[in-house]
Amino acid sequence: MKNYKKDFPLLMQNPTVYIDNAATAQRPQAVLDAVNGFYQRHNANPLRGIYELSVEATEDYENSRRAVQRFIGAAHPEEIIFTRNTTESINLIAYSYGLSNVAEGDEVLVSIMEHHSGLLPWQMVCRQTGAKLRFIECESDGSLDLNKVEALINDKTKIVAATQVSNVLGREYPIREIARMAHKNGAVMVADGAQSTPHIPVNVTELGVDFFAFSGHKLYGPMGIGVLYGKEELLNKMPPFLTGGEMIESVARDSAVYAEIPHKFEAGTVNAAGAVGLNAAIDYVKGVGFDEIHRREFEVSGYALDRMREIDGINIIGSDKAEEHNGIITFTVDDVHPHDISEILASDGVAVRAGHHCAQPLLKHLGYRATVRASFAFYNTKEDADKFLESISTVRERMGYGKQKLL
Amino acid sequence: MENRSFYNEILTEHNIHPDFKHDIPDADIVLDGVNPSCGDEIQLKLKIDGDIITDGAFVGDGCAISQASTDIMLGMIIGRKKEEAVKMGNTFMRMIRGEASEEEIESLEEASALRDISHMPARVKCAMLGWRTLSEALKNES
Ligand SMILES: Cc1ncc(COP(=O)(O)O)c(C=O)c1O
Repeated sequence: MKNYKKDFPLLMQNPTVYIDNAATAQRPQAVLDAVNGFYQRHNANPLRGIYELSVEATEDYENSRRAVQRFIGAAHPEEIIFTRNTTESINLIAYSYGLSNVAEGDEVLVSIMEHHSGLLPWQMVCRQTGAKLRFIECESDGSLDLNKVEALINDKTKIVAATQVSNVLGREYPIREIARMAHKNGAVMVADGAQSTPHIPVNVTELGVDFFAFSGHKLYGPMGIGVLYGKEELLNKMPPFLTGGEMIESVARDSAVYAEIPHKFEAGTVNAAGAVGLNAAIDYVKGVGFDEIHRREFEVSGYALDRMREIDGINIIGSDKAEEHNGIITFTVDDVHPHDISEILASDGVAVRAGHHCAQPLLKHLGYRATVRASFAFYNTKEDADKFLESISTVRERMGYGKQKLL
Repeated sequence: MENRSFYNEILTEHNIHPDFKHDIPDADIVLDGVNPSCGDEIQLKLKIDGDIITDGAFVGDGCAISQASTDIMLGMIIGRKKEEAVKMGNTFMRMIRGEASEEEIESLEEASALRDISHMPARVKCAMLGWRTLSEALKNES
């Protein structure tokens, strides 16, 4: 079996069992080299100078835009807007599209599975416009009943926002079907791809979404570069989110003519090195291939899930089936607070996340206050899973709750 | 597996079998303490007679560190003068910041079981929750 850790300098240097990949992934050497290469060979302010370096920097940046376009199946490169991250992408939609298209009496429908970044911008829109915020709720295993979703959408619904893969449950949601329901009622569909893009091939045209957001850093790319996809005809009509340099055609004392998309939405000096790094990350991911990524993640997280079920006192949240987890296993241990669990795992060199995972409404809906999340990537091995399992199987005992027995 | 984590028996005992986790219906001071980022929360209840803390208890929910630390604290401060309790709290905070002398740490009796928190920045708030709430409660009172 190929050792993908060899591609990741941090994983080779650091013995930590890193299974907090849903928070941020590690970056392969190819991405680090690409970022470095940009600064060493092509650095200049893109889109500004006429001299060769600036032209090269601009080319690098625009090539990355086309790479993202192909990666998510967008129709035009102008539909790809670079942002800092998913959070900024969703805020852009909310402030620009949301505030100009939602009014009092309208409804915005979001799923209860949203990350806070996919919820708070819509709370803002509803607060400022007087629209009503409504929720698509999942069943106790995290699944969705599409009949219930359909019943929530009506002609007052202006925006439907849902995450494609939940950062807590790892489950994939039927975005295409939800988008169809939204469109039937004249609403636009916003999908959060922060957790889907690292695990499954995405095609925004096939999904039929109007907006789609994701972050480079969860896709093995640099921090500080994110993407917003938007349909051309919508982006063209939307007002800018931020204003300033690089997003204008011309400026007079008290007015300005904005640039065409995508530049209209990319005010100020852009993160060209980040975009170049994201391009390299996309290349890397394509090189490994989603079939292989899925196979490896399924194998290791499936093994971990099976073994976890044999340990007394562990409760797994979400589906019983490993293939519905996309490498994300969220759980609790009876009597032990999640922060104490992750502290014990940390003392054994295992890095996981504890807390509310920026999804407090979902945890509350499922009846939890805090949980622990282990999230596996394709580079994690069965040995990683074993170290994690060995550690969690001793947690109750080490917290003074008597010896843990196998069921 | 060898227990490399810092959850020693003193902590796990106070967490599982706390001595002071109960209600005091006629408490003179009741104050909530929360760590919003981790969700630890306690409600500290004190009975005061003049200068003396005559009784104390807490209810709440949170990680073992926050709960055990609060329980240990109550065992140390009940029966003491308010100003002594505040002084202990200051010494505890110095220990957690890694600034206390061996002598000072010894003076903290059971609370010295938490000394290694000084190497765990993410958990400092948990260990401090009880003491922070106590110092606010006594400050408000005076
Ligand atoms: C589903 C989902 N949406 C949004 C975000 C926010 O991503 P970022 O912090 O990169 O903006 C995350 C990341 O934690 C996420 O998992």
